[in-house]
Amino acid sequence: MRGLPLAAWAYVGGVVAVAGILIATAPYTGLHWSTLAVLAVLFLVCDSAPALLNIESAQVAPSYSASLASVVLLGPVGAALVGVSAVITAQRHRGAVKRLFNGAQFALCGYLAGEVYVHVGGTLGTLDPASVSRTLGPFIAADVTFVAVNLPLVTGILLLTKTANLREWIDELRPLAVGYLGYGMLGLLIAGLWNKVGASAAVLVLLPLFVARWAFAQSRAQQEAYDATIAALCQAVETKDYYTRGHSERVSRGSGMIADEIGMRPERAAAIRYAGMLHDVGKLGVSTKVLQKPGNLTEEEYAAVQLHPMRGLEIVREIGFLDEALAGIMHHHEKMDGSGYPMGLAGEEIPEFARVISVADVFDTLTSTRSYRTAWTLEEAVGELRRSAGHHFDPVMVEAFLRALDRVGWEPPEPVVLPERDRVQTTRQDHDDPTSPLKVAGDHLTQQW
Amino acid sequence: MVNRTEQRSAWQLLDSGQLLLIAIAGLVVIVAVTQVAAVGLDRPVTAVIFGVLIALGELARMVMPGNREVAPIGTAGALGYALLLRVGEQPADQTPLQVVAVTAAGMLIGSLPHIAVGRAPAPDPMARRLLCIALVAFLFRPIAGRLLPAGELSKRDWLLALALMAAVVALAGLAEVVVAAMIRAEAVRARFGIALADEIGALMALWVATGPTGMLIAVATSVMGLTALLVFTAPILVTQVAFRRYAGIRATYLQTIRALSRVTEVGGYVEPGHSRRVSRLSIAMGRELGMAEAELLDLEYGALMHDIGQLSLGDPIPGGATVLASPNEQRKIAELGAGVIEQTGVLPRVAEIVRRQSEQYRVGRSPSTAPPLASRIVKVANAYDDLVGDSGDRDRSAAVLERLRLDSAAEYDPAVVESLSRVIDRGGLARL
Repeated sequence: MRGLPLAAWAYVGGVVAVAGILIATAPYTGLHWSTLAVLAVLFLVCDSAPALLNIESAQVAPSYSASLASVVLLGPVGAALVGVSAVITAQRHRGAVKRLFNGAQFALCGYLAGEVYVHVGGTLGTLDPASVSRTLGPFIAADVTFVAVNLPLVTGILLLTKTANLREWIDELRPLAVGYLGYGMLGLLIAGLWNKVGASAAVLVLLPLFVARWAFAQSRAQQEAYDATIAALCQAVETKDYYTRGHSERVSRGSGMIADEIGMRPERAAAIRYAGMLHDVGKLGVSTKVLQKPGNLTEEEYAAVQLHPMRGLEIVREIGFLDEALAGIMHHHEKMDGSGYPMGLAGEEIPEFARVISVADVFDTLTSTRSYRTAWTLEEAVGELRRSAGHHFDPVMVEAFLRALDRVGWEPPEPVVLPERDRVQTTRQDHDDPTSPLKVAGDHLTQQW
Repeated sequence: MVNRTEQRSAWQLLDSGQLLLIAIAGLVVIVAVTQVAAVGLDRPVTAVIFGVLIALGELARMVMPGNREVAPIGTAGALGYALLLRVGEQPADQTPLQVVAVTAAGMLIGSLPHIAVGRAPAPDPMARRLLCIALVAFLFRPIAGRLLPAGELSKRDWLLALALMAAVVALAGLAEVVVAAMIRAEAVRARFGIALADEIGALMALWVATGPTGMLIAVATSVMGLTALLVFTAPILVTQVAFRRYAGIRATYLQTIRALSRVTEVGGYVEPGHSRRVSRLSIAMGRELGMAEAELLDLEYGALMHDIGQLSLGDPIPGGATVLASPNEQRKIAELGAGVIEQTGVLPRVAEIVRRQSEQYRVGRSPSTAPPLASRIVKVANAYDDLVGDSGDRDRSAAVLERLRLDSAAEYDPAVVESLSRVIDRGGLARL
């Protein structure tokens, strides 16, 4: 918290002061202190649980249920007091200022939600079963108010302290708001059962949710481990050729850029990233001798090269990917005019994934150094993509890629410096390189480019 | 070996423990259905609504890592019905047998779509889930009937009821885990203690979510009537989504490593099927030697990727058999492979297994520096498969085992070689 910008200090000070005045001047008549104590403890446990469960990126969502329950059971002032208890959370990694701010903003949220709840006719105190359904409308209003006050307050501090940039944060806001509203609604269930079983209701409602959060955290960790593993294994495949290092990852990134640009659904965009990563694994099936051969390839050798997408497919077929990803790997060397391989598909026959990957694949090849030529500049490569749009590439994908290129840029690989001491492997030809097609002895295929 | 198992019918694949379990469950269901048919259904609307919830839960069942079938929503619903004391103003007096009948009916109906799309039913997890619910119903309902007043429950009564529910649910969860561990121990030839620890590790988190939800459903339905039922399944729904995602990623992870370990075969570095066979042998040996599930997963990854270092070699070793390569070359391949795996940054134990697979069991006279058990297992499994390969020739297999035995104590760990011999004697690799 040291080095906090002045504006942020002022902001925190303002929020804390408003909350302080509110609590100092509030009427405390008729407050159920024992219920308040239990709810405050519940709120604290929920707020501290992420720390106890060792979940990174702790969000306080389950404590929303406790706050909203206190809106019904205690009214605005009680809800504000429950919010204040966030000051003594067990999340010790949060600095004192942060905790103070949290306490103040939760108090404000609770108070305002409580006021709204009372004004639209919600009944305070323990609910009898019959009144739960009549309470629904006011409760939803309270829930919406709570989230609508909470998120802007938090957004303010995140922007002022520059811990989040506006664009990314806005992308995250929607799922957050939905999650928070959902957790808030559970507050009604807790309040509804409070009369009969007290705080045990909260335990029964929230325990499964804590387990769910734990499982989500686990799957996120697994997902990251998975991505790291797949990248490392692809890199291992690339060691066969010194010059193509990092190619898979860059093709994956390029394919992802196009996918985002043409508005693919997130699952498909994720699948195409994997497909881009794995598009060349089949190259291992091509013997090193063929890849390193300086002169013309025999027809058999050329056939072996042409089969590599099929070999790749053979390897990745068992992975539970979308079928589209498999099709993308298999057809990434097809061309729009039908002169590609392995099947000579043309135009729209070529699966969308393959049309995407082939653009990223060739672009990275052109902008990388090869043993027989230096890397092209980005402008030269862009020119080449433009020229080939229509007969080699799908123009839609080329345009999408160029737009994405303008927006997020492209980092070509560092110029390759071959290490001296090791005998490294390099190839004399690159099957991906359209400017220098594979030379096949006495064959017309070479004339295609 | 594989063909023979495929030819056996589904029933013959079940172990005696599974058969016993299914028989008991079947018997209980028959008694329950007969009884209910004789005296009629008490509060049919409640029964049908819970039956539908159970059926939906069964429809949404999923497979957790380690091929464990679970149905959290269905289980929570059935627990709720077994623990149900009142529906709003009315007392709920369903007998334990009726609980069993409704649960069985719900599970059966929920399974029909699975069968319709060609997924073979797994009778033993269903039997286990049903018996667990039966246990809860038979324990809780008589005791609750005696302890709690028939009319409106006071706050004190509710706390007593909750405590009783918690105790019964915990007991039933424990019983289910013990039964699951017994069956698993028999099926994969693991030791019972280890299987029990594995089951608890794999399923406890899910039980912590399912049990309280079942109690919550019972309490909420008692207090607020049947309309609350659907709302109160929301927490377990979220839990189910979370676990399904987790299980999905775990499965894809394993599939991917299995698939990518084949690049060494496609590249002509090793014989086709080598990585897969070494990993299957290694797992069977690891179980034989009492490894826990988490260690077995590392062992499986390590065995699948044990030759990945060969990708960094210029030319494949003739025949791909590392056992015939010079010790220096073996060490280099192991180093390179470990380097690749370390690149992931997330599989340090697997990298260690691969790195030390080339080491001799005993260098000099100090066993304290011996490589980890998993490395020793991969070393033996790799040597065996390099020398025997895909051939089912018994003589060759026996000769190779003999050779490994002669080399053991120095090159190979004798205990590991013996475990290999037991695995091979059994004539098959345990099912996963």
